Amino acid sequence: MKTTFTRRGVLKAGTALAASTVFAEPIRAAAPPAEAVTPALIEAAKKEGKVVHYTSVDLPLAEKVAKAFEAKYPGIAVRVERTGAERVFSRIAQERSSNIHACDVVQSSDAAHFVVWKREGVLAPYVPEDVAKHYPPEHKDPDGLFASYRVYLCVMARNTDLVKAEDAPKGFRDLLDPKWAGKIVKAHPGYSGTILTATYQTARDVGWDYYEKLAGQKVMQVQSASDPPKKLALGERSIMADGIEYGVFQLKETGKPVDVIYPVEGSPLIVGPNGILKSAPNPNAARLLQSFMLSAECQQFNVDLGGLRTAHALVKDKAGRKPLSEIKVMKDDAAAVEKESEQIKARYTQYFKV
Amino acid sequence: MTIAISEQVPRTVHGFDYTRVVLYGFALALVLLIVLPMSWLVYYAFSSPSGGITLSNFTRLFSESTFIDPLITTFVLATSTSVICCIVAAPMGWLVARTDMPLRRTTRLMVTASFVTPPFLGAIAWELLAAPNSGLINQAYRVLTGAPADDHLFNIYSFAGLTFVIACYTFPYVFVLVANALDRTPGDLEDASSILGGSAWDTARRVTIPLAMPAVLAGALVAFLQAMTLFGSPAILALPAGFHTMTTKIWSLFQYPPKPELAAAAALPLLILTVLLLRAEHMILGRRGYAVLGGKNSDPRIVPLGVLRWPAVLLCFGILLCPVFLPYGALFNAAFSRIASQVISINNFTFHNIYFVFFELSATKLAFYNTFVLGIATATLGTILALVISYLTTRQAVAGHRVLGFLATAPVAIPGIVLGVGLFLSYTRPPFVLYGTLWILLLAFLTLSLPAAYQQMQSAFRSIHPELEDASRILGATRLRALREITAPLLRTSVIATWCFVFVGTIRELSAAIMLFTSETKVISVLIFDLNESGDLAAISVLGIIMLIITFGIVALANRLRIGGGPVRLRNY
Repeated sequence: MKTTFTRRGVLKAGTALAASTVFAEPIRAAAPPAEAVTPALIEAAKKEGKVVHYTSVDLPLAEKVAKAFEAKYPGIAVRVERTGAERVFSRIAQERSSNIHACDVVQSSDAAHFVVWKREGVLAPYVPEDVAKHYPPEHKDPDGLFASYRVYLCVMARNTDLVKAEDAPKGFRDLLDPKWAGKIVKAHPGYSGTILTATYQTARDVGWDYYEKLAGQKVMQVQSASDPPKKLALGERSIMADGIEYGVFQLKETGKPVDVIYPVEGSPLIVGPNGILKSAPNPNAARLLQSFMLSAECQQFNVDLGGLRTAHALVKDKAGRKPLSEIKVMKDDAAAVEKESEQIKARYTQYFKV
Repeated sequence: MTIAISEQVPRTVHGFDYTRVVLYGFALALVLLIVLPMSWLVYYAFSSPSGGITLSNFTRLFSESTFIDPLITTFVLATSTSVICCIVAAPMGWLVARTDMPLRRTTRLMVTASFVTPPFLGAIAWELLAAPNSGLINQAYRVLTGAPADDHLFNIYSFAGLTFVIACYTFPYVFVLVANALDRTPGDLEDASSILGGSAWDTARRVTIPLAMPAVLAGALVAFLQAMTLFGSPAILALPAGFHTMTTKIWSLFQYPPKPELAAAAALPLLILTVLLLRAEHMILGRRGYAVLGGKNSDPRIVPLGVLRWPAVLLCFGILLCPVFLPYGALFNAAFSRIASQVISINNFTFHNIYFVFFELSATKLAFYNTFVLGIATATLGTILALVISYLTTRQAVAGHRVLGFLATAPVAIPGIVLGVGLFLSYTRPPFVLYGTLWILLLAFLTLSLPAAYQQMQSAFRSIHPELEDASRILGATRLRALREITAPLLRTSVIATWCFVFVGTIRELSAAIMLFTSETKVISVLIFDLNESGDLAAISVLGIIMLIITFGIVALANRLRIGGGPVRLRNY
């Protein structure tokens, strides 16, 4: 194929290069116009009949969203392919290099992945109406390649039967007290994008020596960031050093003995963007799913049932949960995570041995 | 009839024997199956990421503690598993084969149950039982003794816990070898010992034990191998405890950014060690010839246990609690309980987990489909391959049959994860891009199941006298026709048994599948492993129980066929 250099193309490439952060300044160079869900799109999506969604959202929630989509658009089956974000990332890399195109819509809890995918031209531009109207600029890509599907915190938590509120650790450094040895569960940055992002922010704000010392606390090392809340609910460990806030909310609100601890040092902020792959085998169903997932309807569902937070302006917080504005939150920095990702994993493995 | 004759004539005129074509065809298939992935493995092990030949992968492997620690751990793990297996399985094998202990048949059946239980499922079940705080056994212990909340009896997330769980699903290998050896050893020598005035203890010490020793040693080696090459159990139990074994380390090297060169280098020692150990096993078992030199002159002597009969049963069933009764119970409990760590009661009984697996989990259908397609394809192709190769070797039909026999047995020395790495390296690049298709998994499963299928078919062929085939050949049939019309019907039950055996082995395979699956080609074992990583224990329990039901159904089918009148007569023929 012949490549022609148009002025616009060069400008676009230049913009992409310049935009080394995910949520770059709103340069507004090449974002395609917003698209509403038209009957034609629905018809085309129904012809495709299926859509494959790679995600790192906790499995039951991801499947519930898929079922809601299927109920709204009968005849389009969603297959949810859930694993840790870091696994999703290597899976997509591996499949691309083997020329396999299975995935339509991808969701990752490691926003740095979208920096890479954007740079490598993996994503297809598509701006759903809701994103154009109701998402703040820091939660959508200026080129229209992705937008934040979910926002949440990586938090600490306790089993309320085993640890009373007044005895609970207040922050990360408290976990280094010998009395918590053998009682802590935490997830792994080599598997989970949430934890990789959180490890970056925590190491930056609290210090790597925290992790070095935590490794000596006989920590139970699980993989997924959605597992520690479950281990707390089982009563297997009493304190969670890191894991998903929304998992704790879900369990707490169904009567399980768990509660969130927002560390005094600040809670790492996790932003999970959604994007469509350029090589999507079901491009129309992919657009429909992307529209649905970023709609107020789905976002409200995520908040109410899933315990997630949202970037959508019209979606209401659920009563009884601490609003984001009242929590000390660490600053996310996808570009920095992207640069240091490998080093973070290596250093973590060096301390924790796995 | 006339049509048949007119077809016959040109064949006889040309005199062309298709056997040669078949031989080369199969030899080529086997070479592709085995030699190609292993060559890539070796190539990668000696190459640097930038290309070019290097030894640096091995230097890293043997100098960095992140590699040396798993190496040592694996060695200690395999050794201790092997010792435990022998201590447990050898006496059990003797009790079942040589004493009048009641329920001997049931005991054998239960050992078979632990044999066919996927080890990774056992590991997850033991998480439910003996996780230090939420484990059912530890909860019961605290309730019964009033011990404080953070006290525990067992911690499954530990080196000892891992060793224990692996031993649970490895001891059947030793048991089967010992029980079979004792079944086959004639009682003459023991009779002689008693007649000459030896006490029961003397007879045991100086006759029975030495006779069984080679089988025990061979069992010890097999157990060592199993423990060394197992992937699922260490991934489930060792990682939470904060240590790696070689298999999990190799696997982790494929996490982003993948380091295939290092993984290949780390896989080679496993491969070499397996080859050496299998050589050793062969030598040990080869020596056992003297034990059965007398032939089956008399039935094995049955030792009366007297008052110890029921304590012996208790001992056996006490041991079987660990691999079978307790884990199955824990899986059933978790499948129907709202919280996996709580015992089922009216308050928390639920069908939701079953509903979730079948109606919400969108990966279920595809995983079952893939598993069945692969199970059936592997079993069918594997049995055919084994059938033809064992025909060629047992009847020594063509020159070069030895090579075929060797190739068919060789994969026994390739651990699943090593094969997985080899296939991954071979088939993710042109000219053969099979990654992402079921074909690559089929190749893996076929290769892994071939040795056992071949051994089974070979012994079946040996039991059929060649004179029937000779008659057919004299009457003008080609080898292929004789094989199809004479031998194949006689072998039918063995063929079905082999098919079942391969099928069961295939649907539980994890270590190669974990290296080779993509989202479109996920199988149940991988799905279970995935669910374990995100802590969805209830869904695992449901899937695990279904897997066990399928497995036992197939095993029961195979057993019925073997026990039925037909095959037994055929074997004695």
